[in-house]
Amino acid sequence: MASTTPRSSSARGAAKAKSVIPTLGWDAATVAPVVLVTGSEGFLADRVSASLRDQLRAVDPNVEVHDIDATDYAYGTLMSLASPSLFGEPRLIRASNVEKCNDEFLEDALAYIEATDSDTTLVLRHAGGVRGKRLLDQIRAGVGGGIEIACAEIKSDADKHDFSVAEFRRSGRSITPGAVRALVSAFSSSASELANACAQLMADAEGDIDERVVEQYYGGRVETTAFKVADFAVSGRRGDALVALRHALDSGADPVPIVATFASKLRLMVKVWGDRRSAQELAGLVGAAPWQIDRARRDLQSGWDEPGLRRAILSIAEADANVKGASRDPVYSIEHMIEVVANFGRD
Amino acid sequence: MSVWDDLVGQEEAISRFRTAASDSRALAHSWLITGPPGSGRSNLAYAFASALLCRSGGCGECPDCRQVAARTHPDLSALATERVIISIDEVRALVTTAQFGPRVAKYRVVVIEDADRMVERTSNVLLKALEEPPEGTIWILCAPSEADLLPTIRSRVRSVRLTVPSINDVANLIVGRTGVAYEVAERAARHAQSHVGMATRLCTNDLAAARRDETVRRALSVKNVRDAVFVAARLLEIATEDAKALTEEKDALEVEETRRAFGLAVEDSIPAGMRATFRSLEEQQKRRETRSLRDGLDRILVDLSSVFRDVLLLQLGVRDGIINVEYLSDLEPFAAALTARTALDVTDAIMTARHRIAGNVSPVLALEAMMIVSTPRVAA
Ligand SMILES: [Zn+2]
Repeated sequence: MASTTPRSSSARGAAKAKSVIPTLGWDAATVAPVVLVTGSEGFLADRVSASLRDQLRAVDPNVEVHDIDATDYAYGTLMSLASPSLFGEPRLIRASNVEKCNDEFLEDALAYIEATDSDTTLVLRHAGGVRGKRLLDQIRAGVGGGIEIACAEIKSDADKHDFSVAEFRRSGRSITPGAVRALVSAFSSSASELANACAQLMADAEGDIDERVVEQYYGGRVETTAFKVADFAVSGRRGDALVALRHALDSGADPVPIVATFASKLRLMVKVWGDRRSAQELAGLVGAAPWQIDRARRDLQSGWDEPGLRRAILSIAEADANVKGASRDPVYSIEHMIEVVANFGRD
Repeated sequence: MSVWDDLVGQEEAISRFRTAASDSRALAHSWLITGPPGSGRSNLAYAFASALLCRSGGCGECPDCRQVAARTHPDLSALATERVIISIDEVRALVTTAQFGPRVAKYRVVVIEDADRMVERTSNVLLKALEEPPEGTIWILCAPSEADLLPTIRSRVRSVRLTVPSINDVANLIVGRTGVAYEVAERAARHAQSHVGMATRLCTNDLAAARRDETVRRALSVKNVRDAVFVAARLLEIATEDAKALTEEKDALEVEETRRAFGLAVEDSIPAGMRATFRSLEEQQKRRETRSLRDGLDRILVDLSSVFRDVLLLQLGVRDGIINVEYLSDLEPFAAALTARTALDVTDAIMTARHRIAGNVSPVLALEAMMIVSTPRVAA
């Protein structure tokens, strides 16, 4: 029978039990008897997993690494992998898919954390959801002497911006703010692609990385082009915007991300509209980096007013519906949207 | 006790099904149950299935009835897609099972919960099966309205239309089921516009009630385009939270029901022979994630239409039948600051948002456009 904590884990449903164990960021992962890796950003969890292996190897190159899948786990596996070997090598057991684990795993894991093996590091990868909640609650209540590594989703542009800056800083490389901006907008759809791009730039490019370097590597990305079209349009440069659109479409750009770019640009402009607080203060509230806020403010000064912003957003929403199938002529829909936006939403 | 006990306000439909189940001359081989969301279409379909498969006409207690409730009865095939569209393969598989006839009971019953979610090609596969039904197979289709099905299918089924139960009926049902005070149940039934499942949830789940409350308050707080954009972002979060909570509740309930059907207690581990069943349940649960956000958004849009319906009523000077009575002190100034034209535009904008979200438009953008329509205010 497992020793119980005073909390009841089932009665309160979704209520989150309080954690008493250390919760660390993915880049601060350290070895502990039980390492609970939570959060939905998969590639960060992979990094944690690799980092723990490297840390253990640095101490003892003979570390045994076992990867198990919690969905088709068989009784006893955990105990047999964790039982001390003849030569006393340290062991790293990495269990994936704990959020989908079978009952056998749950039972064994609950039993194991009650009596952990001192030479074993058990890494539990739980990507979210209620499955296995009892196990998580126990670990968070301190059973097994564990720690938690949170791999939160890198979601907003501001998150992506901070992530990229940290990537370069960690490797002691320098990158200009403009280059970060170009990189984030080129990879706005996927954080793991963004991470790959950072890694590639650091490996391939020499010296300081600026906008020109990013353009050279990733200039062909649709998103970069889309930003150009939107930048022209919101500052009233109708002709330039239409030419840039042509250019983008001719080089095979998809209309959908172009509209999405307009939407995120206008959304930020609306969010900072009439707010006098500093860009630093606003960053968290509006989910954007300070440089993006400054940019949005500059754009607003080129002739925007509130009714115009309103009409511009309505026209972008309509264009989004049109490029996603509501209209037979998506290009016309985008051109119409550009007309409205470049005229600051006036009729 | 019987399987009909928990159905509210559908006496006429129930009596037709009871007759059909007990008198084979009144038993058509294909049925269509139509009614608005929450009217209990699928509950009624399974009650009818129980009545056909149970030896005592749907007692609700025998092994047959319990297997129907758990969707594990050998002579029941149920298609309850959580996806946006029912695939042609799913229907083909159903049609194939339907050919075999009953195994243990008098009938084989095939239920399609969202028969409106078929493209024409898929409907035609079903049509063939309805044209030449094997002896002893009963089809029960459910859809919001007859117009949602192809005319060729409509002409082959016996149609049973459900009515929206009254707020009072729903409230009494909830009082009976959960023991909450009548006032609480009445408010929930009113807020849920007689949707039984939603009303029950509002009574029994504080977080769900808090989410609805926040939705209404936020919508009424919008004064300008900036508010609209911030509120849209928050509404999307609420919809996501709601969808997530509902999916988790549903998943857990299904697993519990399946366990019960197999006679497993909560702490029992699953014997090897039954694992395949649980795994396929789990896969099914995974597939439904995409639709559930859409459902969460749908619930928000339903709540918002109730708010703007109230606004229109107040503008017309009507005070009877206001849904969100609890918010009158916010509703009244809001209605006064909006032209009747704008209030109507918002009602249209909510419909547009629903269509756009169904058509894969970015949900936040669809919500922003919708909230923005409500911002032009009468000059004070
Ligand atoms: Zn029975």
